[in-house]
Amino acid sequence: MRGASRWQIYVPLGLYLLFTLVPFYWMLVFAFRPAGSTAIVPWPITFEHFDTVWNGMGFAIFFQNSLLVGIASLVATTIVALAGGYALARYQFRGKGAFMVGMLCTQFIPGALMIIPLFEIFRTLSLTNSLWSLVIAETVFQLPLSLILISGFIRNIPYELEQAAWVDGCSRLRGFLAVILPLLRPALVAVGSFAFIHSWNNFLFALMFINDQEKFTVPVGLAYNLGENSVDFGALAAGGVVAALPVVIVFAFIQRYLVQGLSAGAVKG
Amino acid sequence: MLIAPSLIAMLGFLVYPMASVIYYSLQHYNVTKPWDNGFAGLENFRRLLFEDPIFWQSLGFSVKWVVVEVVLQFLLGLALALIVNESFIGRALSRALVFSPWAVSGVLTTAIWVLLYNPFTGMSRYLADMGLMEYGAAPLANPDTVFWAAVVAELWRGVPFFAILLLADLQSVSKDLYEAAAVDGASRMRRFVHITLPHLRDAIILSTLLRSVWEFNNVDLLYTLTGGGPAHQTTTLPLYVAQQAAQSHDFGYATALTTVAFLILTFFSIAYLRLSKFGAKS
Repeated sequence: MRGASRWQIYVPLGLYLLFTLVPFYWMLVFAFRPAGSTAIVPWPITFEHFDTVWNGMGFAIFFQNSLLVGIASLVATTIVALAGGYALARYQFRGKGAFMVGMLCTQFIPGALMIIPLFEIFRTLSLTNSLWSLVIAETVFQLPLSLILISGFIRNIPYELEQAAWVDGCSRLRGFLAVILPLLRPALVAVGSFAFIHSWNNFLFALMFINDQEKFTVPVGLAYNLGENSVDFGALAAGGVVAALPVVIVFAFIQRYLVQGLSAGAVKG
Repeated sequence: MLIAPSLIAMLGFLVYPMASVIYYSLQHYNVTKPWDNGFAGLENFRRLLFEDPIFWQSLGFSVKWVVVEVVLQFLLGLALALIVNESFIGRALSRALVFSPWAVSGVLTTAIWVLLYNPFTGMSRYLADMGLMEYGAAPLANPDTVFWAAVVAELWRGVPFFAILLLADLQSVSKDLYEAAAVDGASRMRRFVHITLPHLRDAIILSTLLRSVWEFNNVDLLYTLTGGGPAHQTTTLPLYVAQQAAQSHDFGYATALTTVAFLILTFFSIAYLRLSKFGAKS
């Protein structure tokens, strides 16, 4: 579709930008204007709502918890998917076909519906009310897509490159680290950021597996603010900004890699 | 060896729990009534099929929700992908901006739209001040508007998913094809229908399938935005399961609902892939 004229691009894009940005802007207005103000431009800017949620409502701790869970599942997902993805791409083994089909099927398992059995498992492992239960659940749910993405990406890297490294005396591991890993950067960024964003945002597991307020994650804290009795829109908006900031920052950095990583890995399979 | 961690993780935390779901679904298993617990056979399934109007209502709503969301998200996402695939000034920035809601969670989406929809402080108040609307509109409290209010909120974060996936695939279309077609005098519409769409085929099938499953399983947005109300009007099947488990503590019944949801999704997915001839070269 080359050669669309200027207004054919800018008019629909402008409208869509409006739809995307007005809600974000609205949240910022509520977060930064003083309580009781109805101004559409938040001026003078106040940080009272941030003080309320960060210090008064415990978002400082929620933020820490979310960060811990996000980073731990990013690391776990990436390492496990890297090993598994390499095996799927480069080795033939019994049950590989069944494994691939199984992975596809897991996409149909509703996370919401796994709560009961997962709860029982975590109770057996004494992991209920622990952030590790979230890390495990998130990692497992991220694995299938991550494996597909990474193995698709590795398959696109010519085997000869690796073989050349072995001829030069590299071990399989060194060959992998020196040749494959650098080429995998877009896929790793995509997989890692998916894992981080997902677990940062996950609500249901955190709601179900965690009881202590000191172990709440940001979405659960935010949901409590949404309770029926809450009329403090300033605090709600400030909590929203706290919840949005890390993922939006991560997203801004990785957005370009994401399109690249997906086009090479997932869609082409 | 390399695959072992993936295998253990998935067997232990996906396959085993799924099997135990099926096991529980054949039991009477209610934490608050332990004296009744034991093997139930197909009793739970009989109950949900023949005695539970809310099951059918929530299933119906799930289907309506999935169809409306996926169709609208796909159409808007495709249009958006085509636009940001063009070269124009400010493209990189617009991409980052229009894709950004994708990174945002259901709960956060709810928080934002609760602020927008509030009758006293929300957008409608300012629109009413300008004479564009009546005062006091509360889209989330009104049974006539709650569905569309939820749809719009979910569109806001769902369209970028399609746009990103489709853009990724659009970028791999060879430019020579378009130039050759243009030389042959094919109109833009014809080039779109004969080059772009066939090329996007598999990506379209895969993204609509994945999104359908995810929207079917959508819990966080609806749970926090409407709580499934008013009067179960916006209760999806997974939401109903969560209610049964968390409020009624009837795990046997909840897992029976779970099993039915899983079967529906699996059959739908297989049928969809078969019928759409996914992976077949066009």
